[in-house]
Amino acid sequence: MSEALRTFFSPQILGPEIFYGSSVGLFLIGLYMILVKKNLVKIVIGLSFIESGVNLFLISLGYVWGKTAPILNKPELMKEPVKYAVDPVPQALVLTAIVIGVAVTAMALSIVIVIHDKYGTLDISKIKELKW
Amino acid sequence: MIRKLFVLFLLVIVGFFLASVVVSVPFGAEKTIVGRYYLNNTIGETGGVNAVTSIVVLYRGFDTLGEVTVLFLAATGLAAILANTREKRKKHKEKPSLIMRVGTDYLFPAAIVFGSYIFLHGHLTPGGGFPGGVVIASGFLMLFLAQWHYKADELWLKVIESLAGMTYVLIGLIGLWKLGTFLGNFLGKGTPNMLLSAGIIPLIYIVIGIKVGSEMTGLLQNLRETTENE
Repeated sequence: MSEALRTFFSPQILGPEIFYGSSVGLFLIGLYMILVKKNLVKIVIGLSFIESGVNLFLISLGYVWGKTAPILNKPELMKEPVKYAVDPVPQALVLTAIVIGVAVTAMALSIVIVIHDKYGTLDISKIKELKW
Repeated sequence: MIRKLFVLFLLVIVGFFLASVVVSVPFGAEKTIVGRYYLNNTIGETGGVNAVTSIVVLYRGFDTLGEVTVLFLAATGLAAILANTREKRKKHKEKPSLIMRVGTDYLFPAAIVFGSYIFLHGHLTPGGGFPGGVVIASGFLMLFLAQWHYKADELWLKVIESLAGMTYVLIGLIGLWKLGTFLGNFLGKGTPNMLLSAGIIPLIYIVIGIKVGSEMTGLLQNLRETTENE
């Protein structure tokens, strides 16, 4: 099973474009949701989509072919970490970005709750002050 | 319809420019010097085997303090925004089933233990204070969903969270006093790969785990609808 997966994700079949492609794809899906959807909760979900697209892009920037996670718990990893481990910097940055993303989503949802209390609906086309 | 077409047209343009930028970045190649530096020196300088944790807590510890502050501000802002709507959001809900109530009773301690495991082993395995705290908060979320009488004491949440935040700053100040740098690693590095190693990384991650756990629990409690007949 893992062998089949490895050949499937090998550069010969999917190519490295899959990681960059899916990050751009996630970004575009999120943008589409924000621009077209009328339900406020779906707009917040679109924001999260954009965020995951950016995170995926940053993570795949740090990937190096054939290397493992930067946790140096084996003797050969400790001896020559650069030879075996991927770049840890993007992962550390994305950790920060995920936490900030959770904070942003929570704030957005609280504003959605207040809007629902005030107007009684989540449909932005029915909220007159927000029409475009 | 016209708006949808317009949006699709916009997406094509945005996608084209994004893709043309993204394609120019080589995939799977080594790029940064700083990443190599961290990998080579993480065990020697910090004693932690998890390079990501060493970067987050020691090399960029001050940044993580800011990150914790952002999360704290978001939780506080959410409480402030929702403060007046609490009464209006009372809703009559159906009583959860017996299986859910009994099941969460048994799963809740397991979630707490698992979350503590994640933040205690942050310097050894993937994970750390933030995921561990979120796992603990998910245990409380189960209780909120399945047992509608359950309510976490907000005063205690605030006290625990504030104490944890103050401990973080205090650890940083001890480093400043002993080594001359804020959040300096004033404890011994220990043997790599052991639980008691990597100096202040486990301490800080315990503090972050407790802080994030209580913060997210308060946040979920604020988002939750209060039940009418309590």
